[in-house]
Amino acid sequence: MATCSILPDILCSFPAVSDSYIRLARKTIDDGFRAQVRSHAHLIDAVVQPLQAFLNFLEKLFVNSPWIVVLAVMLAIVYLASRSKAITLGTAFGMVLIGVVGLWEDTMVTLAIVTVATLIAIIIGMPIGILMARSDRVQAAINPVLDVMQTLPSFVYLIPVVVIFGIGKVPGLIAVVIYAVPPMIRLTNLGIRLVDRDVLEAADAFGSSPGQKLWNVQMPLALPTIMAGINQTIMMSLAMVVVASMVGVGGLGKNTLQAINNQFFTFGFLNGFALVAIAIIFDRASQAFGKRLQKHTEVVHG
Amino acid sequence: MASHGIEIRGLYKIFGPNGKAHVEAVKAGISKTELNERHGHVLGLKDINIAMPGGCITVVMGLSGSGKSTLIRHINRLIEPTVGEVIYDGRDICRMSQSDLREFRRHKTAMVFQKFALLPHRTVMENTVYGLDIQGVPRSESRKKGQRWIERVGLSGFENHYPNQLSGGMQQRVGLARALTNDADILLMDEAYSALDPLIRVDMQTVLLDLQAELKKTVVFITHDLDEALRLGDKIAILRDGEVIQQGSGQEIVLRPADPYIASFVKEVNRGRVIQVQTVMTPAAGIAGTFALPSGTTLETAAKQMTAAGVSVAQVLDGDGKPIGQIDLTSLISAMVTPVGHEDTAQIAAE
Ligand SMILES: Nc1ncnc2c1ncn2[C@@H]1O[C@H](COP(=O)(O)OP(=O)(O)O)[C@@H](O)[C@H]1O
Ligand SMILES: [Mg+2]
Repeated sequence: MATCSILPDILCSFPAVSDSYIRLARKTIDDGFRAQVRSHAHLIDAVVQPLQAFLNFLEKLFVNSPWIVVLAVMLAIVYLASRSKAITLGTAFGMVLIGVVGLWEDTMVTLAIVTVATLIAIIIGMPIGILMARSDRVQAAINPVLDVMQTLPSFVYLIPVVVIFGIGKVPGLIAVVIYAVPPMIRLTNLGIRLVDRDVLEAADAFGSSPGQKLWNVQMPLALPTIMAGINQTIMMSLAMVVVASMVGVGGLGKNTLQAINNQFFTFGFLNGFALVAIAIIFDRASQAFGKRLQKHTEVVHG
Repeated sequence: MASHGIEIRGLYKIFGPNGKAHVEAVKAGISKTELNERHGHVLGLKDINIAMPGGCITVVMGLSGSGKSTLIRHINRLIEPTVGEVIYDGRDICRMSQSDLREFRRHKTAMVFQKFALLPHRTVMENTVYGLDIQGVPRSESRKKGQRWIERVGLSGFENHYPNQLSGGMQQRVGLARALTNDADILLMDEAYSALDPLIRVDMQTVLLDLQAELKKTVVFITHDLDEALRLGDKIAILRDGEVIQQGSGQEIVLRPADPYIASFVKEVNRGRVIQVQTVMTPAAGIAGTFALPSGTTLETAAKQMTAAGVSVAQVLDGDGKPIGQIDLTSLISAMVTPVGHEDTAQIAAE
């Protein structure tokens, strides 16, 4: 290059630390990390075991139940949540199509892991969101962490998870939960903070304890916002389930990965279609549910 | 349950990170603007001393920003005082522990808010029993009480409606029912009627007066409207820039405004509804006429009764039915239309 001939070498090709140093650093850190993981094996097991059991249980339940039962239950849930015939019919149509192209079982596997991941994200995210809403200090501490989590590319999540938990379904699940939990936390916090101050003052004036205020006023009024958080969490788990197939999660994601590796166009397309279909079902149903919750807060009279 | 009075003594509220540090300056007479510009603190209340008699309606009146909301929120300590005492039934509310305060709020006070502050996800019934829910009263019991007050404020049939399905006036009835269901001695009403249309407002004033005749609670009513204050208040305190500039009965304030500011307020008032016959009568000696009016009758009522009876002179009787003076139609009407001069006020002081 022309410019390189006139510039001193150090400004032209980047002066990296010598390879041997990097190797040494890498080895030290990796070994140290592995040693840590090994010495905490029982702790890691204690986390993995129940998750594994729960995930396996749900997966078996979904896969082994007759499809007609699963479909009926699913339609019932969708209808109860949305109270919409259109969404319920759309769900039936989508699921039948998935079954017809032979992806029922893989879809069930994916549904199981998304369900578990969403539940765990709610269980973890909601209390953290509540804590954040109650204390500006906690909010100031957690917000930057969430910012980093939400800017990290999804692949990057897999690295620490794989190092600590190894390869398999549960590590994949954990990666999905970590990826999907930030909107749950954020929107729980936001929902509680947005609750009308006048109503909170009324709760105080009648002598509510902090707990009574939380459960009688803040949570019910924040519920529509929290539902939006749950909706986003589901969508993000679905996205991450595909990525997590790289560390051993089965289902539609694994098929998609295979299709990419082998350039199976039709197979890949069908799997993609199935993922989109369940994404739309989850999205429509949970949004309609959220809207229904908001019904009472709409102002009819001025 | 006999109602207790509330006594506010030497109450100061200075908003800001270090209000206590500026109390001395405020006592020394620093102005609200100066305190704000020089020290970044807002003067909320300054040396408030009001005795609110038990079983009576005390109205606190003032323009927007005069500190009315701040004052009423000290009675259930939604706002912490900077210095001062709020005494109820021998106890200083400002010194209660958090749990005592919670018990006090649950059992002794109930509040009605300007913007209603109903819970949008609860029905009228569920809103009404809210205070009892907080107290842990089982729904089977609280619903009965709630039902009674819902009927009393005229909302029967709306038990299962949600607040957003009701008009403003009806929502405030729910607010009132919620407060009454609490069965508390103190009723705090912060501009409870200010958001309502004039006709509905008069309606709700009547509801309150009717209820009060029966319940005899210690009511603290905030308003920026003098007519409302005169109609409701057994006692009125006028607030400006966080200071009480006059307190007394409605009649006292109308007849003897403490300063030009209040005088300008009072000018437009319907005097006939405020001033009472004993204030403008000619006292004692040589009482003429047989038509009698009890003392405490307003001029308007007196004029109505006298014209209906076709008399031009009437006796004024005291509480025991003894005549204490007389009044003629001419002086009655002139007192209704012209401000009474300062010389007439000596009689009020003598009362
Ligand atoms: N939390 C607060 N912080 C600072 N200033 C306040 C606060 N609350 C009220 N004030 C000030 O105190 C004064 C009285 O307010 P307020 O009691 O609401 O008046 P009113 O109810 O009579 O309209 C106003 O100047 C207001 O700006
Ligand atoms: Mg106010």
